[in-house]
Amino acid sequence: MSAAPDPATVDPAAAAGALALGDDALVLSHRLAEWTGHAPVLEEEVALANIALDLLGQARTLLSLVGDEDELAFLREERAFRNVQLVEQPNGDFAQTIARQLYFSVYQELLYGQLAAGGEAAPLAPLAAKAVKEVAYHRDHAEQWTLRLGDGTETSHARMRAGLDALWRYTGELFRPVEGLAVDWAGLEAAWLETVGGVLERATLTLPEGPRATGWSAGGGREGVHTEPFGRMLAEMQHLHRSHPGASW
Amino acid sequence: MVTDTPADTTPDTAVEERLRELAGSVPDPELPMLTLAELGVVRGVRRTGAAAVEVELTPTYTGCPAVESMAEDIERVLRERGGMAEVRVRRVLAPAWTTDDITPEGRRKLAEAGIAPPRTTRPSGPVPVTLSTRRAGPAAPETDLRCPHCGSAETELLSPFSSTACKALRRCTTCREPFDHFKELT
Repeated sequence: MSAAPDPATVDPAAAAGALALGDDALVLSHRLAEWTGHAPVLEEEVALANIALDLLGQARTLLSLVGDEDELAFLREERAFRNVQLVEQPNGDFAQTIARQLYFSVYQELLYGQLAAGGEAAPLAPLAAKAVKEVAYHRDHAEQWTLRLGDGTETSHARMRAGLDALWRYTGELFRPVEGLAVDWAGLEAAWLETVGGVLERATLTLPEGPRATGWSAGGGREGVHTEPFGRMLAEMQHLHRSHPGASW
Repeated sequence: MVTDTPADTTPDTAVEERLRELAGSVPDPELPMLTLAELGVVRGVRRTGAAAVEVELTPTYTGCPAVESMAEDIERVLRERGGMAEVRVRRVLAPAWTTDDITPEGRRKLAEAGIAPPRTTRPSGPVPVTLSTRRAGPAAPETDLRCPHCGSAETELLSPFSSTACKALRRCTTCREPFDHFKELT
């Protein structure tokens, strides 16, 4: 079955945008899939796998706009990936995974919302219009868990706090303009801070302090600079495909 | 004589209609009580030659793994029973599928199989003429969410994610049975 449109007909700037967002979705999908068999309760096992599946579907559609999805996923070197560093961060404990989900799903919902509003002629608009509805469920999942953990026991509050703090420095990168995406980045960041801040307030938490968009914060994923755990993740994700080139079953 | 439309590709409405019925009759691989027509995912069936046809298929969820086997099943039925030599299934995303695209018959079959159908946010099919002044808001569900086992409207959400991407897990607080709910995507 063919997916439209053909990569050859997508203009290079749009392809660069699709690669960045496709890599975000692919890498986060893989990280979430690592929870399979390890989640605290069966319902979460199913929820995280479902969210991972939605993200994988988005990644396949986006990467197909750039080239061959399998080659892009399994045969690229670390420096060729354009995902933000936030999504490659290890899962940590469940609270840290939820913190990553909250930061990212709020961002993705707002970003896809803007891209979907760009009109059907924009190459990414059909995918964005479809995926934004799925991401609304991901955001709701992260929001509900943030409320439950933040406004839960002393331990759950402390862990949620620690997860949010640990990932805060990776959030500034989310709002650096991406080539090929017609997005109001400043507006996106303001809306993100308001939404995340609102959820945290209801969860008896506050927005972390500390650098998130200065020389001392993280960033560089969009240019292919990644953090140390990403190499190990890629090794695991790619080894089967690389060990058995062209295999099928 | 030269014409723009060669004789063998003249649109034949009856044949196209038959092909549409065949493609729509394919059962959903994950919800086999539903056909693809009832699920509302077959967007278009168009003959492109005497024995060639193109089908537009839209996924329920972007990552729905059933789409590939749906496409294979459509190809098979149109070759074997539709007499088509060439079948092309194209995946289309816009306009995005919503649960309002599930037909009333599809909803009935879901409920019969123990899966609470999604609530509708717009009337599907003909709008009945009514003297009632009751109006639903623009996005308000027009139908209730009921336990498919006992019919109670008293249910609670256990998890917004369940056995497939399109379902949530709920429990009836009246009969205490858990059940799947085809969650709204609008």
